[in-house]
Amino acid sequence: MVESPRHGFKSQRPWPKLSAVEPAIAPPATAPSVRGGRKVHLFANPGRFLRFSGRLLPWLAAGGIVLSAVGLFWGAFIAPPDWQQGEAARIMYVHVPSAWVALWGYCALAAASAASLVWRHPLADLAAAEIGPVGAAAAGLCLASGSLWGKPMWGAWWVWDARLTSMLVLFFLYLGHIALVRAFDEPARGHRAGAILALIGIVDLPIIHFSVVWWNTLHQGNSLGLFSAPTIYISMLWPLLITALGYSLGFAAIVLARLRAAILERRLASLLTARAVDGGKSGQGAAIPIAGMGAGMGAG
Amino acid sequence: MNVLPFVALAYAAGVLVPAAFALAAWARLRRAERRLAAIDPRARRRER
Repeated sequence: MVESPRHGFKSQRPWPKLSAVEPAIAPPATAPSVRGGRKVHLFANPGRFLRFSGRLLPWLAAGGIVLSAVGLFWGAFIAPPDWQQGEAARIMYVHVPSAWVALWGYCALAAASAASLVWRHPLADLAAAEIGPVGAAAAGLCLASGSLWGKPMWGAWWVWDARLTSMLVLFFLYLGHIALVRAFDEPARGHRAGAILALIGIVDLPIIHFSVVWWNTLHQGNSLGLFSAPTIYISMLWPLLITALGYSLGFAAIVLARLRAAILERRLASLLTARAVDGGKSGQGAAIPIAGMGAGMGAG
Repeated sequence: MNVLPFVALAYAAGVLVPAAFALAAWARLRRAERRLAAIDPRARRRER
């Protein structure tokens, strides 16, 4: 039995030690020189991340489902209609939370990309790759619900308004990131290119936020601000905030589940490769029965 | 103009899109856990 110092579990031959097969997702050996980097590396340890996220995930998922359900029901059936827009304003309870999730999702994507470029940690690469599709879905949902709101209010599905156009750019940035990450034969190059795009694209976030201030737009102005009183009635504000919190928790839960799956898939691939190599060296072959799959793997 | 179809469509998208992503993520995670547990039975214990 061999004690693995990194993971603290017993490993027995001929099972390959994870420390031996996991370099693809292990933190760099050198201590980070950037202040605070050590703490980041503590959370970037895949084993520690899996344990931490395993405990967090059920709470995030439950909170996301319950709060989203309560907020959407409240917005659809209990909140009053708008004095000017009538029942169509209820689309706000889908449109605004999905926009907020798309925006802070991009902040998370940019943060993961920055961590990837600064510390070159593959876990940050995996996080960015898993945030991309979920963020794109949130941005797409924002655009679709906005279009459904715009048709009865403006008489058009789409206008080239500053707010709508900058949000469309965000959607394309997400799509570009997804495509770029998968565009290279060598994954590390794809992740690096995607990280650079994500960091450049962050300039779109203030443009989205201030577009209704900087330009005369058909889109209405901001109803909520950090340093100003809300211009939305309280009975409409509560369901909006509850739905936004529910969507945010749901987004975090989905990304966390995808990231856990990605780590496990990479670990699985590493184990299979290492065992195939071990089997090839010992000349025994590495026929590995995989329960529930009815498949094996020969070393050739 | 009757706005209810627009509202209903927006709510349907607002529920179905996140639900589809959540189900897909959950299924992918379960599949990865099952496959890893089949190859390395101690993996499940380590992750907890």
